[in-house]
Amino acid sequence: MTQVFDANGAVVPVTVIEAGPCSVTQVRSVDRDGYDAVQIGFLDKPRRLASRAVRGHVAKLDSRRSKRAAEAGVVAGPKADCEPKRFVREIRGVYPGVEVGGVLTVDLFEGVDFVDIVGTTKGRGTAGVMKRHGFSGQRASHGVKKVHRHQGGTGMNTSPGRVFKGKRMAGRFGNERSTMRNVKLVRIDLENNLLLVRGAVPGPNGGYVMVRQTNKVKRRGGPAPAGGAKKKAGAK
Amino acid sequence: MSQKILAKVEASSLKSEVPQFAIGDTVDVHTRILEGEKERVQIFNGVVIAKSGSGSRETFTVRRIVAGEGVERKFPIHSPKIAKVEVKRSGVARRAKLYYLRDRVGKSVRLREKRDDVAAAEATAKKAAGKKAAAKA
Repeated sequence: MTQVFDANGAVVPVTVIEAGPCSVTQVRSVDRDGYDAVQIGFLDKPRRLASRAVRGHVAKLDSRRSKRAAEAGVVAGPKADCEPKRFVREIRGVYPGVEVGGVLTVDLFEGVDFVDIVGTTKGRGTAGVMKRHGFSGQRASHGVKKVHRHQGGTGMNTSPGRVFKGKRMAGRFGNERSTMRNVKLVRIDLENNLLLVRGAVPGPNGGYVMVRQTNKVKRRGGPAPAGGAKKKAGAK
Repeated sequence: MSQKILAKVEASSLKSEVPQFAIGDTVDVHTRILEGEKERVQIFNGVVIAKSGSGSRETFTVRRIVAGEGVERKFPIHSPKIAKVEVKRSGVARRAKLYYLRDRVGKSVRLREKRDDVAAAEATAKKAAGKKAAAKA
């Protein structure tokens, strides 16, 4: 994160997200795939690190199998003809005008005031109830023995005689999908493909997130453009 | 990579002319204040006791005594609200953070003034009238 000054000279904490350019690698349709979606990829991956399947997904690769298929009259889907991508996501829905091989950039977000950000939170490993669920723990003194950061009771007595399912306890924390809704879009940098959003976003610095115009019912943004999945660059 | 991107973003917030002053200086900070529609300049006078942060996040702390009570204000150096910083007096500071001034009251709050001809002046001043010089400053 960093900070910028707004028009009034006040400091605004922002996360810098490098949003695109994203290549459209596939467009899924109900007829062919059973659902509508747009598949987009961000950041090139060196070809030597990409599997043959991935390379063939983004560009045409000649193989005996493809030749046989062509002879049999099978028409292969269109290819984006780009480098293999590091971060590939599908966005459900029909987006007219988005075609395989197209490139999405931040100008999608022009006129948008609020966005939703989907990311994966930092993994915290096994965490106690205080950190994981915000429990208060117990007292530091007054006879409390070695249970200062513990939860209190977990249930009742003979009836029901068991702990209810879903009782919040210690365990794995973080590293899960999380969506922040209605995040203010502070600035768009068309030149460098950057989005500046107010506050923090899920995940570590340099992690990947998806950004879309907010779908909050009371939409405060402009008209809904096509969604865009993007990566959060460095500057969380 | 990410640092480069951050630098690009921060570059837009940086002032082209950064006010020049040092730790220990007594400064007048001219801040723009919006009163309803009108904008006016308010001056905060005091000693710079610390600088912190880097890039567009750099700030400095100014301390002064108001009616016997210490008051500190922290300003972002690159804030457009800071019209200018005027150095009134340069004090001698031997460390980057003058937090020890917080524990001082009365006369001992003052810092010795920085001289241009430090070497010569101080050598003689120390020998001849160390006490007098201290009192003067």
